[in-house]
Amino acid sequence: MAEVKPAARPLSPHLQIYRWSWTMAMSVAHRATGAALYGGTLLVAFWLVAAASGPAAYDTAQAIAGSVLGRLVLFGYTFVLLHHMVGGLRHFVWDMGHGYDPQTRMNLAKFSGLVSGVLTLLVWIAAYALR
Amino acid sequence: MLSNSSMRTPLARVRGLGSAKSGTGHFWLQRVTAVANVLLTLAFLCVVISLIGKPYAAAVATLANPLVAILMLLFVISGAVHMRLGMQVIIEDYIHSEGLKILAVMANTFFAIAVGAACAFALLKLSFGG
Repeated sequence: MAEVKPAARPLSPHLQIYRWSWTMAMSVAHRATGAALYGGTLLVAFWLVAAASGPAAYDTAQAIAGSVLGRLVLFGYTFVLLHHMVGGLRHFVWDMGHGYDPQTRMNLAKFSGLVSGVLTLLVWIAAYALR
Repeated sequence: MLSNSSMRTPLARVRGLGSAKSGTGHFWLQRVTAVANVLLTLAFLCVVISLIGKPYAAAVATLANPLVAILMLLFVISGAVHMRLGMQVIIEDYIHSEGLKILAVMANTFFAIAVGAACAFALLKLSFGG
């Protein structure tokens, strides 16, 4: 019963061999935004710790967040956060067994990109209107 | 992978080797925290928007409000759990060396807990600390 040599196993081709499609792009984007948010929680932690540390630290954090670069980063953060959230809602649709046919998949992918962009703008319009 | 000439049945060969083990628990917790995160993220955005331009004392008063504090705490806890699960999948997908994978998964847990603890401590200090 000698089990000697490993059998050759077929490997699936890597990403770069496929033609890009909306569904593929949004799938990659979901993972990429998730990874970005992973690092982004550090910003939330810094901000909360600054608030807990006292007025001087909080004002510094607010000044950084309010700078041009800070606003750019926060705008990107908002989009990444909402993109991941909307992508997650798309996964809920699939988890419940819907939206698997090619046309629906494609529409869901395009729609989630659009919705996350619109939501990001709405959040920033609200932020500027209410400040 | 074992040779095809083995007399062991395919079932015997794979039994106990499944990659899943606690996979359904992982999958389900990912979904549960995802649902929670949708609501908590919207709450978080509302809190952040409401704090823009506020002076320190007013910002602290908002963050120390029990409803705000509880929602923020739940946000960072649910977020930390969710991101730990997500990053674990990424690690398992891309890191193939067993030792490195175990270290990365462990570091991932440490990072998620550290960030979650820092946020939670800050929030509690804002509420209870003088």
